[in-house]
Parts: sequence; structure tokens; C-alpha cells
Amino acid sequence: MTDPWSLYNEKVMEHFKNPRNVGEMENPDGVGRVGDPICGDVMELYIKVKDGVIVDAKFKTFGCAAAIATSSMVTEMVNGKRVEEALKISNKAVAEALDGLPPAKVHCSVLAEDALKSAIENYLSKSTSPP
Amino acid sequence: MRRVYLDHAATTPTRPEVVKAMLPYFTDAFGNPSSIYSYGQEARGSVEEARAKVAELIGAQGEEIIFTSGGTEADNYALKGVAYANERKGNHIITSSIEHNAVLEVCRFLGSRGFKITYLPVDECGLVAPDDVKRAITGKTILISIMHANNEVGTIEPVEEIGKIAREAGVYFHTDAVQTVGHIPVNVDALKVDLLAVSAHKFYGPKGVGALYVREGTNLVPFIHGGGQEKKHRAGTENVPAIVGLGKAVEFARQEMDKEAERQAYLRDKLIKGLLEKIDHIHLNGHPTKRLPNNVNVIVDFVEGESLLLSLDSEGICASTGSACGMASPEPSHVLLALGAPPEQAHGSLRFTLGRENKEADVERVLEVLPGIVARLRAMSPLLKSQK
Repeated sequence: MTDPWSLYNEKVMEHFKNPRNVGEMENPDGVGRVGDPICGDVMELYIKVKDGVIVDAKFKTFGCAAAIATSSMVTEMVNGKRVEEALKISNKAVAEALDGLPPAKVHCSVLAEDALKSAIENYLSKSTSPP
Repeated sequence: MRRVYLDHAATTPTRPEVVKAMLPYFTDAFGNPSSIYSYGQEARGSVEEARAKVAELIGAQGEEIIFTSGGTEADNYALKGVAYANERKGNHIITSSIEHNAVLEVCRFLGSRGFKITYLPVDECGLVAPDDVKRAITGKTILISIMHANNEVGTIEPVEEIGKIAREAGVYFHTDAVQTVGHIPVNVDALKVDLLAVSAHKFYGPKGVGALYVREGTNLVPFIHGGGQEKKHRAGTENVPAIVGLGKAVEFARQEMDKEAERQAYLRDKLIKGLLEKIDHIHLNGHPTKRLPNNVNVIVDFVEGESLLLSLDSEGICASTGSACGMASPEPSHVLLALGAPPEQAHGSLRFTLGRENKEADVERVLEVLPGIVARLRAMSPLLKSQK
């Protein structure tokens, strides 16, 4: 049972301790960098896209446990999704997938959504620009 | 897993002997010290005994000690009490930018009520310059409040020199001694202070009790109005068990303080040396020598404090960070910013504060575990790459 007084639930802690998809990506199709070290959170998200489907996602994050856990979760959620579907992933969906975040940490899920959107926009800007 | 508690600046475990001394005052000796029958007078006697012990520890007279609910209340009382009693004399208060919030927030409040507050800067080691204090004094200055030692970075301030300046200028001088009383020698005459805040739970006493030293003749308004307890300064039935506990904690502090300070300073230096050797891009915060015997505070570049803390917690190690990110506010430590740390570094601070139950093995455990944690978090940090 999760201790009601601990800051994070078990799922958040599990993703913090064993984050999925950590690392940089060689030749990513889209990169999103959001946050500011001055505020204590920076997320970098890389995606690889094949035929409109995200086939790989990786991240690097400087931040609190919630920032790391939401980065990990969002990379899991986008894998295998079509780009237009991935664009619909909201910060709320990321937080829900982690069984919830403490109110003070909701901004971390917003950051994860922003990182994803920014990576996809980066991909779209490249794929639609003339060669 | 063995728990290693290294957050004694936050709070300390109440000594079993202290708890034992407190227990009878909940039951057999439950009387109200204001009652004139024997139950009451027994309680009164125990309260006065504790008062004498606190006074003796800091070189004061019993009548100069007012019991409070803790350090925060003592700081609140000192500042508001002097400010509102001396309004007609002046409205200027001098403090430092690295005070505990128990002082800073009171100053901000007073600032919003018409008082003028000067927040003095500190140098990169966290020291207030006595000359700055001298220069800041005006004809309107009624109070100077500079902490004895900083709770985050452990720097011990030149309180004696500042006390001398305050006295020469005829300005009241308060010091928040929550981190020093019971740990290093504190004498109100040597420090030349008029007011001094004490908290019991920082030196193995119970939570919810503290004291304010008020030098005889200091003009301050009552803090809590009511039944006239604490010489009409702080009304409300005395928290007898807690006050007895504070007295008992003082007894032990008197006996063990010097030996413990020496022992903890040795462990502190070993921990500092080990951290600097085993981890690169790590910096010691605070002063190299004018430092609390139990305080280690470092900045670990490229990683964030809360991640460090939770990773240490998984290994059974309790530490603290200057970053309040774990709390409601994402602001980095105001103390580290005042010392000149860039905000992104101020997010990665780590504080270990030693206590009487810590052994060399605890220091070794930190040194064994932390380098791996830092390496793991740095491997996922986008900041490291951009620095290379």
C-alpha cells in the first residue's frame, strides 16, 4: 500500500528509479527541449518517426523525481503511436498514467506534454519544409 | 535497511532521558503552575527550574527567559515585540538576506506595515560584514537581527562584532541562535545581544517548545495577551512537560556539547573531504572554517536536489536540500542565491547535518552510495552535455 503521507505514489517512484528510454538519440527526426535550468527543470525529448508513426522516443531530464517520471511515462505512451495521435496526449493523461501527481508537481506533467509537442512540431517543420 | 539520519538541522530525536523526565508532567504532576495548591506549585517549581537551566546555559538570568512554542515564535516575538514597542523611536530594522524565514517573513510583514527593512548582503561564504551593519544604521534604526549561524550552509556569523556595533549605536540586537544553542558555546554577554531565540528540538529536546532571551530593560510589547503568564509577555498555561523537557535537554547539552562538537567536526571534515575527492563538479557551500561543527552543504552540478534526496532516501539516508522544490514552491534556496550561486546550481544543493548518534560508518555509507547516485542522475541530465 502506498503511504498516504509520502510525496509520490509507487508508480511515480518506480518510474523515477527505473526510468524507461533514457538517453540521447542519434539522428532523431524530432527534438524538443523545454524548461529552464533556472526553474529547476529541463526536459529533452527525441523521437524517431517512420511512415507517420513514432517508432522510438528517448529523453534526458534535469529535474525532480516527478520530472523524471513524467518524461519516462510520456516516452512510453508515444511509442508506436501515429504522430497526430501523439499530439493529443495531454498532461492530464500523463499524470493519470502515473496514478496521479501531487498538486505541486502537476507542472512537471505540463512540461512533459510541452516537450512532446515541441519534438513533434520540430519533426513536422522538417518534414513539411521543401528539400 | 539501516537508516542513516543526517538531517539534524531540521530536527533531532528527543533523548529517551528527556522523554522520561517529561512523562510525569502529563499525569501525576499535571497541575497548572498558576494554581496555588500543591499540584500547581510543584509544576511551577519545575518550570522555574527549567528556566534557570536555560538561563545558565546562555549566561543569562532566569527572569530574562521567556518560554515560547519554539524558535519561530521566539523570532516572531523578538522582532514584532521590539518593533511595536519602539515605533515612536524609529521604524528601521536591519537584518541579513540569509536569515531563516522565521525572521525574513516577519521582516516582510513589518515592511508591509510601515517599517523600513534593510536586508544586508553576505559574501560568497555567507558572512555578513560588520561594517555593512555599521553603515546601515540610521537615526531611525530600532533593531538589528542577524542569525548566530545559518541553518542551511552552517556559516557562523560575526555576532560578537555586530553586537558591539549595535551597543555603541544604542540599537537593540536580536540573534536567531536556533542552530547554535546546545551545540556550541553561546553567551549573551559575550555576544552582546539583547534578544536571542532558542529551540529545544534542535538539541534533542521535544518539539513545540523554545525560549526567547530578553535582556533586562529591553522594551518590547507583550506577544500573547491573556492570563499574564511569563511575566505578562506570553499568556497561556505553560506547556509544562515540554518546558521540563527543554530543561533536561539543556542539562545534557551542557555536559556533552564540547566533546560532541569536536567529534562531529571530525566527521564533518571527513565527509567534506570524501565528497570533494569522490565526486567531480561538486562545491562546498558556506565558510571553510567558520562553520557549524555538524554542517556539510554542497552543490552537485547538473543534477537537481530532490532527485538526489529521494535517491539517498531509497538507500536509507535522510538528508536535505536547499531547494524547496519538494514543497509547494519551486524557488531555489534564498540562502544559496544570496551567496552568489547561479539558480540552476542552487537547485542541486545537498545538506547533511550530523548528530550525536552518527558514527564514522554513517559518513562512509554516504561516501559509498552518493557517487553512484550522482552518476546515474547525471547520465540522464541534459545539462551535462551542454557543458562539455
